[in-house]
Amino acid sequence: MVQLTLPANSKVRKGETHTAADAVGDVRRLLVYRYDPDKQDNPRMDSYEVDMDSCGPMVLDALIKIKNEIDPSLSFRRSCREGICGSCAMNIDGTNDLACMRAIDDVKGDIKVYPLPHLPVIKDLVPDMSNFYAQYALIKPWLQSSTPPPPDRERLQSKEDQEKIDEPAACILCACCSTACPSYWWNDERFLGPATLLQAYRWLVDSRDEATGERLDQLEDPFRLYRCHTIMNCTNTCPKGLNPARAIAEIKKMMLERQH
Amino acid sequence: MSLRTPLGKVMGLGSAKGGTGHWWMQRVTAIALIVLGLWFMISLVAIGDLGYHSTIAWLARPLNAVLLSSFVLTMLYHSKLGVQIVIEDYVGSPAWKVAGLLLSVFVHLLLAMAGVIAILRIGAGGGS
Repeated sequence: MVQLTLPANSKVRKGETHTAADAVGDVRRLLVYRYDPDKQDNPRMDSYEVDMDSCGPMVLDALIKIKNEIDPSLSFRRSCREGICGSCAMNIDGTNDLACMRAIDDVKGDIKVYPLPHLPVIKDLVPDMSNFYAQYALIKPWLQSSTPPPPDRERLQSKEDQEKIDEPAACILCACCSTACPSYWWNDERFLGPATLLQAYRWLVDSRDEATGERLDQLEDPFRLYRCHTIMNCTNTCPKGLNPARAIAEIKKMMLERQH
Repeated sequence: MSLRTPLGKVMGLGSAKGGTGHWWMQRVTAIALIVLGLWFMISLVAIGDLGYHSTIAWLARPLNAVLLSSFVLTMLYHSKLGVQIVIEDYVGSPAWKVAGLLLSVFVHLLLAMAGVIAILRIGAGGGS
């Protein structure tokens, strides 16, 4: 049956407090989820006060400042700091978002930072993405075509056909949407989740691809596709403003179309 | 501990090549229930006093008996599809899942039989 409470060793406890006693400017407090697999301790919420006079405007800036100046043991992923790599996806103030794109000023009160929900935690804000990436690999996210490309140039695509893949191809695979989806929480190994299904859709509507039928065969499954009950958490949380819920609905329509 | 690769795990037993029929019938029954539900509410209002004799007389008309049994069957079919989804969503253990799905099918079938036979008996005047 569903486990409604956390196991005893997963209960989150109150952690250490780091105050900014000599702050000259505005002070904001971050509450950050901490977990160290090398210790036997439960996860805890550490509190960090950050002097905003010497900190950049985004949540990622505050995390980098904490790691550089207050507590070097804090672990998190980050790379581009401009919303294109998807590394710093985490749960900020109750919603999944990119830390580099979320302004500290947009959060009222204490800024609570957790790792992406319902993934195994490797350390602190670093979740294990192996299952997520395996699901992406499952849909074969590359062009499949029996017709060889023209010898003298690339495969052609009309402007209208290109526009169909513009939006789904803008996905950065940060996993904010999939980890915001309760269906994905409960059946994460069988339901592919919104991010992977959005990418499946991206290849289904690519006019150059010739494996549409095989792709639909792979998706036509009560768990892989039909665990989506269209509650739209994915679309709501997408930091890139994409619409995975609509893409999933379009896949279901394609399934129906080939039967009627 | 499983040493299976992440890709092996998500590939699992492969695609069941199904689910579209289930999803589609849930939509079809939902649309039918809107129409039948409206008809049922309007009919109840039209009976007026909802007394024993006027209600029996209403149900004795063949069209009403047909539509009311359709309403009961559609509702139970829709409910069976929905309960199946809820069990598959939330029940992780295979044994409990199979037990839940079986129980749900049996209960829905029994309710469907009871509903239709009740309507037939009352409608045909044999219900005493």
